[in-house]
Amino acid sequence: MNDPRFHLALRMGDNSLILAQQNSKWCGHAPTLEEDIALANVSLDLMGHAQMWLGLAANIEAKGRTADELAFLRDTQEFRNALLCERPNIDFATTLVRQYLFDAWHLEQLGLLCAGSDISVVEIAQKAFVEVQYHRQRSSSLVIKLGDGSAESHTRIQNALESLWPYFGSLFENSDNDYILFKAGISELPASLRTRVVEQLSADCGQSTLTLPDSLFYHKGAVQGHHTENLGYILAEMQYLQRTYPSSNW
Amino acid sequence: MSIESPLWEVFIRGQHGTAHRHVGSLHASDAETAMNNARDVYTRRNEGLSIWVVPSNQIIASSPSQKGSMFDPSQGKIYRHPSFYDIPKVVKKI
Repeated sequence: MNDPRFHLALRMGDNSLILAQQNSKWCGHAPTLEEDIALANVSLDLMGHAQMWLGLAANIEAKGRTADELAFLRDTQEFRNALLCERPNIDFATTLVRQYLFDAWHLEQLGLLCAGSDISVVEIAQKAFVEVQYHRQRSSSLVIKLGDGSAESHTRIQNALESLWPYFGSLFENSDNDYILFKAGISELPASLRTRVVEQLSADCGQSTLTLPDSLFYHKGAVQGHHTENLGYILAEMQYLQRTYPSSNW
Repeated sequence: MSIESPLWEVFIRGQHGTAHRHVGSLHASDAETAMNNARDVYTRRNEGLSIWVVPSNQIIASSPSQKGSMFDPSQGKIYRHPSFYDIPKVVKKI
C-alpha cells in the first residue's frame, strides 16, 4: 500500500483501538463506580475513533477489507500502535498514567491533523478532538490530585510515570511514511510534537509534587511492527471470536 | 477516591429555559472531580446542557417527623390553585 495516508490512518486507529481494549478490561473492576463509568466512556470514545480511522484506512486501501477486518484479522507485526498503548494495566495508577501520557500526545496530534490538507483526515480529527479535550482535562486533573494525595498514591503515580516513560517516546517515532505525509502537508513529523507535549506534562507535574522523567531513551520499532510481547496477549483475547468463528455477526 | 470521599448531589438542566433537576448523587474527593464524575455518570446519553453539583451535607432537608405540621395545612385548600381562572388561548406554557 503506497498511499501514506493509509499508514497514518492505521497508526491513529491502532493506537485508539489497543488503548480502548486495554481500558475496557477495567469495566466492572475500577476502584469506584464513578471511575468505572468514566473509564468505560473513554474506552468507547477511543473505540469510536478507531472505527473511523480504520474505516478510512480500509477506504484508502480499496481492497474490499473493512474496518472490522483490519481490527480483528491482522497479526501483531501488522499493528502500528505505539508501545505505550499495549502496556499492561497493572494497577489503576499505571492505567491512569498511561491514559494521561496518551491524552497529552493525542490532543496535540489531533490539533495538528485538524489543520492539515486532507479533508477525510481533517473530518475525523475534528470529531475526535472535542472528546479528547475532555480526556486530557480529566486524566491530568486525576494524575495531579493522586500525585499530591496520600504517600501511597504519590508513590504509585510516580512509579507509573517512570515505568511507562521508555514506552511513551514510541508515540513520537518517525517512519518513512511520515516524511511523505509531512511534505504533502497532511501531518507534522511525529518527533516534532515531543517538545511541546513534554512541556505540557512538565507544567502539570509542576503543579504537583510529581517529577517528570527527563530521559530521552525509548523503545523503538513500533512503526515497523516490532511490538512487546504483551500485544500478542491483547490480540489473542480481542480477536478470539472472529478467529474462531470467522465472519460471525450479531 | 476512597470510599470515604464526600457525597455530592447532582442537578442537570436538560434544555435551555428549563430548570435544573435533581438526578442523583455520587462520591468525589473535591468539587472539580465531582463535576467531572457528574459529566461522566449522568450526561453520557446526552441528557444535559448544564450541571450543578452540591455537597450533600450543604442541603437542609425538612424533617420527616414534622411532616404533619409542615404539609397537612395545605391540604384541602383548593382556592390556592389557579383553577378558577380562564387562561387565554395564546398563553401556551403556564
